[in-house]
Amino acid sequence: MSSATAPPPARTDGEPAKGGRGRSPMAPPTSFLWTRRIFLTLLTAFVVLPIYVMVSSSLKPLKDVSGKFQWIPTGLTIRPYIDIWKTIPLAKYFGNSLVVAGAATVCSVVIAIFAAYAVSRYNFRGKKVFTISVLSTQMFPGILFLLPLFLIFVNVGNSTGIPLFGSRFGLVITYLTFSLPFAIWMLIGYFDSVPRELDEAAKVDGCGPLGALFRVVVPAAIPGIVAVAVYAFMTAWGEVLFASVLTNDETRTLAVGLQGYATQNDVYWNQVMAASLVVSVPVVAGFLLLQRYLVAGLTAGAVK
Amino acid sequence: MTATAAHEQAPPGPSKGPGPGQRKQRRLRIPAKARSIGLPYLLLVPALLFELFVHVVPMVVGIFMAFKELTQFYIRDWGAAPWTGFDNFKLAVDFNQPVGKALLHSFWVTCAFTAITVLCCWLLGVAAAVFLQENFKGRGLLRAIFLTPYALPIYAAVITWAFMFQRDNGMVNHIIHDQLGLTDDRPFWLLGDNSFVALTVVAVWKTWPFAFLIVMAALQNIPKDLYEASAIDGAGIWQQIRRITLPALRPVNQVLVLVLFLWTFNDFNTPFILFGDSAPEAADLISIHIYQSSFVSWNFGTGSAMSVLLLLFLLLVTAVYLMLTSRGRKGENV
Repeated sequence: MSSATAPPPARTDGEPAKGGRGRSPMAPPTSFLWTRRIFLTLLTAFVVLPIYVMVSSSLKPLKDVSGKFQWIPTGLTIRPYIDIWKTIPLAKYFGNSLVVAGAATVCSVVIAIFAAYAVSRYNFRGKKVFTISVLSTQMFPGILFLLPLFLIFVNVGNSTGIPLFGSRFGLVITYLTFSLPFAIWMLIGYFDSVPRELDEAAKVDGCGPLGALFRVVVPAAIPGIVAVAVYAFMTAWGEVLFASVLTNDETRTLAVGLQGYATQNDVYWNQVMAASLVVSVPVVAGFLLLQRYLVAGLTAGAVK
Repeated sequence: MTATAAHEQAPPGPSKGPGPGQRKQRRLRIPAKARSIGLPYLLLVPALLFELFVHVVPMVVGIFMAFKELTQFYIRDWGAAPWTGFDNFKLAVDFNQPVGKALLHSFWVTCAFTAITVLCCWLLGVAAAVFLQENFKGRGLLRAIFLTPYALPIYAAVITWAFMFQRDNGMVNHIIHDQLGLTDDRPFWLLGDNSFVALTVVAVWKTWPFAFLIVMAALQNIPKDLYEASAIDGAGIWQQIRRITLPALRPVNQVLVLVLFLWTFNDFNTPFILFGDSAPEAADLISIHIYQSSFVSWNFGTGSAMSVLLLLFLLLVTAVYLMLTSRGRKGENV
């Protein structure tokens, strides 16, 4: 895994190890290499184990996942992948999750872009209060908002007829509780790292402030925006607490719907694993494709 | 402010001759400046509206609810619920009564859970990031593997762990009992005292990659010359890690530990998916406990009082922590 063939010991001046990202021009000692090898092997095993269980169990017939665990599946079958769509209305839950997570992502990114631009580029009264209060909402327990939002939704529904409770719209609003503060906080840092001279120059060339924002600052901050969008989508896609209280049969998301594979007598573990894999693949693939933006975004925004 | 700053910077910048360029700029500046007084507020309006609806109003309502006797009879019209003053709080902190005793217990469980989880996540995250700092074959692949638990939707990950912790058909007992023979019988993992272990393992598994991600990002900010210079002076890699890498991580660590603490202390998803809405006593985290008091026992008033107490506790810890760390930093940096 980790190659023992260390970079050639020739060094003394300049050139670090190959790739240019190396840390030291010297070859690491064997004590370091062995510690690294052992540590990384154990950690990889720990990380990969559940993923292996998920993949292998999703390919087993029900009697195999109900019996003693087997490392190597004997009767391979893709049956669970066909059955998952029939046992529960998985496609509907999938659609609900997609709509809710997508809408929450778009909303938080757009709102955060405006707010972060204001904080990053202008000085105004209350700026500090705004940033601090946005930051501090990060520490509030979700449970603190759940009870009141539940009651507010019920009451707004009763008095105005707007169906917030049990609707996708209501869920989108609640998901902004997690993603919006983080998005604003991170984009402020990211916009700060875009040189002011760029958008000032755009304004000199005749752009209005919004023109400068969308023609110069936003394109320059794409990695940060992508990072924020990825984060917002992931939190909404995986959220359980609000989804379990604020949805009904029609608007149920994957987070809650997946519990439907447990019946009175049995849990269809093979289907549970197949469905888990199916709902994971889009986010994991997206995340891994975009993770370098996330690191870049964090470097500019959060980590300073 | 911004406008004037740019204005001052402009002349030395493009250096096209100060005359006409500057005059033209000034002409364009004035309306923009006049507009910019209201503009920042205008840009903030959407964020403020949503923050108001999503954070401020619920919080006020939540604090208000904590002073009311809010049971299932008043859900439809909670304004009509009788005012009870501090009764809910008294009930929550009366440690001789069952409600208070259970809350105190779940508080200690949460403290232990948080301490262990944060420590493990931090250690794993820093170690993995430091070991992956250098380029070697397979580095990119390992990085992707390590980040996967963070990317997986939490319910998919925790459900898989719940399956692994099953007594009869789970992988954990298969390894421990069948293959290694460490236990006489197949232990239960999701019931009784073992549930604390199960919960902590799952939380560490899915949270440590976040520490890894943050530390990895922070390591990219360390200037490479530091390493090169120290190598020329004869420092080995272990010395470099101790004297350059770890000290450079200090400011990031402070934020990271705080964020990990807050997330772990407030964690609801992991126990909820692992155990359902009533966790075993040994793993009764505080958010599950509040959820249960509110939505299962239908006592929203007490649940709100508990939430408010939790918030006060978190505020206190955060304030003390920020004070301690910022004082330490001031002393160091000179």
